[in-house]
Amino acid sequence: MTKRAPLSLLIFVVIYLLFLYAPVVLLPIFAFNDSAIIAFPLEGFTMRWFWALGEEESLFRALKNSLIIALSSSVLSTCFGVLTARAMARHQFLGKRPIFGLIMTPLFLPEIIIGVSILIVLIQLGLSLSIWTVIAGHVLIVTPFSVSILTTAFNNMDRSLEEASLDLGETHFGTFRRVILPLVAPGLISSLLIGFTISLDEFVIAFFLTGTDPTLPVYIWSLLRFPSKLPTVMALGFVLLVMSLILLSLFEYFRRRSEKLTGGMGKSQHHVGQEGE
Amino acid sequence: MASPSPEQQTNAPSMVMLSGIRKSFADIEVVKGIDLNIGVGEFFSLLGPSGCGKTTLLRMIAGFETANEGSIAINGNEMSKVDAHERPTNMVFQSYAIFPHLNVAQNVAYGLKKQGLSKDETKKRVDEMLKLVDLEGYQERPSYALSGGQKQRVALARALIMQPKVLLLDEPLSALDKKLREQMQQELRRLQRTLGITFILVTHDQEEALIMSDRIAVMFDGKIAQVGTPREIYERPVSRRVASFIGVMNFLKGDLNGKTKKGISITSDIFGQIILDESQMPSPLEPGAVTIGIRPEMMSVLYRDSDKADNRLKGKVTSVDYYGDMTFYSVAIPASEDQLSVCMRNTVGRHVYERDDEIVIGWSNASMVVLR
Repeated sequence: MTKRAPLSLLIFVVIYLLFLYAPVVLLPIFAFNDSAIIAFPLEGFTMRWFWALGEEESLFRALKNSLIIALSSSVLSTCFGVLTARAMARHQFLGKRPIFGLIMTPLFLPEIIIGVSILIVLIQLGLSLSIWTVIAGHVLIVTPFSVSILTTAFNNMDRSLEEASLDLGETHFGTFRRVILPLVAPGLISSLLIGFTISLDEFVIAFFLTGTDPTLPVYIWSLLRFPSKLPTVMALGFVLLVMSLILLSLFEYFRRRSEKLTGGMGKSQHHVGQEGE
Repeated sequence: MASPSPEQQTNAPSMVMLSGIRKSFADIEVVKGIDLNIGVGEFFSLLGPSGCGKTTLLRMIAGFETANEGSIAINGNEMSKVDAHERPTNMVFQSYAIFPHLNVAQNVAYGLKKQGLSKDETKKRVDEMLKLVDLEGYQERPSYALSGGQKQRVALARALIMQPKVLLLDEPLSALDKKLREQMQQELRRLQRTLGITFILVTHDQEEALIMSDRIAVMFDGKIAQVGTPREIYERPVSRRVASFIGVMNFLKGDLNGKTKKGISITSDIFGQIILDESQMPSPLEPGAVTIGIRPEMMSVLYRDSDKADNRLKGKVTSVDYYGDMTFYSVAIPASEDQLSVCMRNTVGRHVYERDDEIVIGWSNASMVVLR
């Protein structure tokens, strides 16, 4: 039935995938390799690099910083995203397009420019660098993602659902709480997850804006100066990779649910399903 | 009813009073000065083609849109400062707007939450309401597992449980298939009679409006063209436009000579001079050229010379549309460029003519209506 792809295309795909993922595959290989030197041939299986991770106290401080930053910036940018998406989906106002453009700009700006600019402003203002300055930088770059995810969620929502709620005597705030929020909840969750993931592994801005409390990527970068620590970095990288995959899967799951809830239901007329019983 | 001014015609006390309503969206005026008085317990329809402003008018009554000019009073209270969620109206939306994250019972109970009822009381009312709309036992059904007709009933129950003064229905049946639509029409009518609530229905379906309504307002281009009972609208349309929108009507040319003691005097090349009853001219006209309208089913094919008719005309069949219960003939007549449409009920032994057959058609004077 299905036509076989030509051999040349198959080869191209294999090379392409190798190019993309071979370096990533090296990560677990060397993370479990029983040698301090990152080179072939492999020496044997070990878990010691993972145990070594447990003894790095500064690693845990960096991890804690990163988690605080990722959590704060994803929550903040999701809040901003809700406000922006709501305004974009429901209201007409002067300068709507340019304002939307400005909010989305950080998506296209080189991070190094953002990092340096914020650094200059902070120094001029006489503010010291801390995890809060990193959070500020991350909110700036994560907000466009939140806005675009949530704008879709808000736009997909049938407007008459809101009107129906008002019509049934619910206030504007009550309508937001009882109808809008539950319906955009999957969008909220995916916005939180993507924000968290982006912030967690962001390096450039964190590097510029971090003070005495490094984030995890900045800490890893600093470890690279010590060759003996390299296998530990590999082990750490492997842990992060697995965590990222889990987060991304969750993100995709909620994105699909969001589509199903907001897109499919309010409008479909002939949904004679028996599965509900 | 010599010169009906239908705005004043309700006998019932007023429930919804619209005066001088105007509404524009970005420089385009969609509602151009509407005065309407809808009575307590009336089933009232706003009928018109899409874009005539009927839905906007309904949304202004609900409070989703604000009129640029004019005032809306419901049950004697001025509504201009009252937000949608505080108005004594409830709406059944065209898309039904069933909350997808709630099940049937939660949807129906949605509006009760504000009223601080006990759990038992809420459940009791929801059960009663679901029984009323014939959805007993559907309480726990998730909303995605409902058919279109079931969603319709949930939307209805959800609105009616609020005990509104006025129920607003925005083309509620347009998404249903024909059978279900006809069934829901009957049910809505029954519900309205049982509950005695004022219903305002927006529809573009003239048949639906005729079947269900106590009175109908026909709207074109943001204005009301005619208000009246279904029979008035159908049998005594005030203009060719109203007549053509509510079904089919044949138009003949004629001249209005004026009023006599016996009635109004009309002359025409087709049927000579006749006197019609004053009621056959629904809106007063000046003497001069007028249009005479006759519904297709008021005309009949005369099979024998002895068949009686006030007016008779020879013609030639140009097309035949067979509907099973009815046959529609298009008939070319010498005196007019427009063909006449004649509708005959098919009964046992009645001959169905074919194209190019020569036939005689006839109609009574009482079936004619004088229009602009």
